[in-house]
Amino acid sequence: MSETRTVTQSVNKQQGEPILKVRNLKKYFNITKGIVFKKTVGVVKAVDDVSFDLYPGESLGLVGESGCGKTTTARTILRLEEPTAGEAYFQGDDIFAMSKSELRDLRGEITVIFQDPYASLNPRMTVGDIIAEPWSIHGGVPRKNRKNRTQELLEVVGLNPNNVSRYPHQFSGGQRQRIGIARALAVDPKTIICDEPVSALDVSVQAQVVNLLKDIQKEFGVSYLFIAHDLAVVRHIVDRVAVMYLGKIVETGDEFDVYDHAGHPYTEALLSAVPVPDPVGREGRKRIMLEGDVPSPTNPPSGCHFRTRCWKAQPKCAEEEPALIERGHGHPVACHFPDYEFSRGAPSSTT
Amino acid sequence: MKTNVISEADLKLGRYRIDPEAPLLEVEDLHVEFRIEDGIVKAVNGLAYTLGKGETLAVLGESGSGKSVSHHAIMGILDTPPGYVTKGSVKFRGVELLAPHKKTGTLDHVVPEIRGTRVAMVFQDALTALNPVFTVGWQIGEMFRVHEGLSRKAAKQRAIEMMDRVKIPSAKERVNSYPHEFSGGMRQRVMIAMALSLDPEVIIADEPTTALDVTVQSQIMDLLKELQQDTGMGLVLITHDLAVVAEVADSVVVMYAGRRMEKGGIEEIFHSAAHPYTLGLMKSIARPDVHLERLEPIMGSPPDLLDIPPGCPFHPRCEYVIDRCRVEIPELYAIDEHHSSACFRWQEVQIHV
Repeated sequence: MSETRTVTQSVNKQQGEPILKVRNLKKYFNITKGIVFKKTVGVVKAVDDVSFDLYPGESLGLVGESGCGKTTTARTILRLEEPTAGEAYFQGDDIFAMSKSELRDLRGEITVIFQDPYASLNPRMTVGDIIAEPWSIHGGVPRKNRKNRTQELLEVVGLNPNNVSRYPHQFSGGQRQRIGIARALAVDPKTIICDEPVSALDVSVQAQVVNLLKDIQKEFGVSYLFIAHDLAVVRHIVDRVAVMYLGKIVETGDEFDVYDHAGHPYTEALLSAVPVPDPVGREGRKRIMLEGDVPSPTNPPSGCHFRTRCWKAQPKCAEEEPALIERGHGHPVACHFPDYEFSRGAPSSTT
Repeated sequence: MKTNVISEADLKLGRYRIDPEAPLLEVEDLHVEFRIEDGIVKAVNGLAYTLGKGETLAVLGESGSGKSVSHHAIMGILDTPPGYVTKGSVKFRGVELLAPHKKTGTLDHVVPEIRGTRVAMVFQDALTALNPVFTVGWQIGEMFRVHEGLSRKAAKQRAIEMMDRVKIPSAKERVNSYPHEFSGGMRQRVMIAMALSLDPEVIIADEPTTALDVTVQSQIMDLLKELQQDTGMGLVLITHDLAVVAEVADSVVVMYAGRRMEKGGIEEIFHSAAHPYTLGLMKSIARPDVHLERLEPIMGSPPDLLDIPPGCPFHPRCEYVIDRCRVEIPELYAIDEHHSSACFRWQEVQIHV
C-alpha cells in the first residue's frame, strides 16, 4: 500500500494557521428531575475534552458510533449549544466570546450540510428561495443578481438551473442533498460542517455526492469538518480522521495512518467491523468482535472509557486515563498499549 | 401450477401437502402494485427466486426497488388496499400460498398459518416493530401463547430460553424490561428471538442491520449466521448494502424498479457481473480497505415508480444503452446454470468487468 501514501496529499495541507482551532472542548448535559424544583440527578458528558485543528482547504473526518458526541461537537462549535468548558477559535477569533451579531457573521463563514435532505429543506419554499435565503441574513449578493447567482449555484452542484421555481418534493433524495449543498455554498463559506451528508442516500447516489463535495473543495478551497459513521465513505473524502468514543477523541492522524496503521484497539475493532464488498477471503478475514454495547455516557468507566470492551485491558487502564499523545508512530493515540499492527487479514483482490 | 392450492377444509385442519423434496421457497413471476390516487405504482414486476435449505439469499436493491414490498406479499402482510398482488406464485415447500380472489381477481395470501411458524420475518426498525407498552418477555412469549397455547408462566420461561439463545445477557432479569430499556442491537436480538421462537424454516430479514452501528451490525450478522448453521434454516436477506451481501450471502438477486436485473452466486455477482446496474453498484461503492481518489458513481437517480421508463427501467442511467433498450424489456438471459442477467448486452458487460 506504499503507493497509496503518495497520492494522499494530506501532509502538505496542514500548513499555516489552522482556520478552526478547538481546545479542550466540553459539553455536559444535565439530567434533571422534577418540574417546578428541578434538581440535577446526573450529567451526560457528551463531549469531554476534545481538541483538534482544521486547516484551510483540508477535510477532517470525525467518526464514531452513534452517541459518541460527534454531532454535539459540531453544534457546540457553531454555538447552537453553549459549551460547558473549553475554547474554540475561528481564524483566531474566540467563538465562545462572540456577541450575537458576531455569531451571525460566523455562521456565514461556517455553514452546515445536514444529514436528512427530506427534513432540512422547507417544503413550502421554492428551491430558488431556499438557496437565496442565506443572503437575506448575510447579504453579499445584491437583490437583482440573486436569481442569476442561484442559477449558477444550481449548476455548480449539478442541477438544471431552470429548476429555481420548483419545490423540494419534486426532487429525489440525491438532488435534494445537492440543493442543501448549494445553500451551504451560497454565502461563500470558508468551512462547511457536513453532518452525515450521504448516509440517508441510496448507494448509487452516495458516490455522486461524495465526488461533488470533493470537486467543490477543489474549486472553492473550503475546508470540511466531515461527520460520519460510515468509515468506508469517510476514507474517500477526508485527509485526516479523528475517531471518537464516548465523548473523547481516541485516535487521530492522517487517513492512511488511521486506516492502515490503527493504534487504538477501538479503531481496530471499528475498522474490522466494516464489511468489505468482496466475497473473496471473507472466511479468513480477521474480525474483532466487541462485546456488548457502548457504556452509558452518564456513567462512563473509570480510566480509559474503552476498557470495559477492550481485550487488552490491564489494571493500569482502570486507574489512569490514557492521554491522546503521539506514541512513536507519527499519530496520537489515547491508549496505554497501542500496537499499530492492525491488518484486515487475507488481502482481498480488486477487480 | 395450482395443483397444490389448499382448500378451505384443508386449512381448518391444518393439512398441508408439504413436499419434503421441494425447495423452501419458490417465488415465480411475482407482481405487486399499489393502487393510489395518483395512479398505479408498479412496485414489483416479476420477482422470482428459489431458496434452498440452509441457503442465504440476498435480495439487493435500493429504496423503491420493491425488495421489501415483495416480501410483505410473500408473508401475507401486504397492506390491502392499496397494495395488491396481481400475478405470480409463491410456494413454500411445494404449497402454493397465493390464490385468486373471487371478485377482484387479484391474489390473496391463503395460508396465514405459515406466518411466524414456518416463515418468520425480522424487521428493520426494532423500536417501531416492538410494542412499547408490553415487556419483551411478554412479546416473545406471545408466540408461544398464541401458537402453542402455553400458559403465561410457561411462555415466559420459553421467552427466557429464546433470549439466552440470541445471547441477550442476564435474560432472566431482562425478560421483564420494556423495549425502550434496550439498546438498538439488543432490540434487534429480541426481534430475532421472536422470529426464531417457533423454529421456522425460513427467516426473511428485512434490512436487519441498517439502523445499527458497524460494531453491532457485525455482531447481529454473526448471530444470524450462527443460528442458521445450527438450524439449517433458509435466510432471505433484504438489503441495500453490497458489503453486507459480500460478507454473508450464498446467492444474490439484484432488483431495480421492481425487476430482477441479475441473479447468481456470490462469486459470479461480485467477480463476473453481467448487468450494467450491478457493475455500476460495484464501482460506486466506497471500500474501507482501499483508498480511491475518485468513486465512479452511477449517473442519475432511481426512477419514479408511477412512471417507470419504457423498455429496460435502467436505460436512462445506463452506459451500455442501445435503441433496443428503450423499447423492449430484456428477458433474463441465462449465462450459466445459476447466473442470469436481464441485459441485451450482458456479454459485453461481462468482458468489461
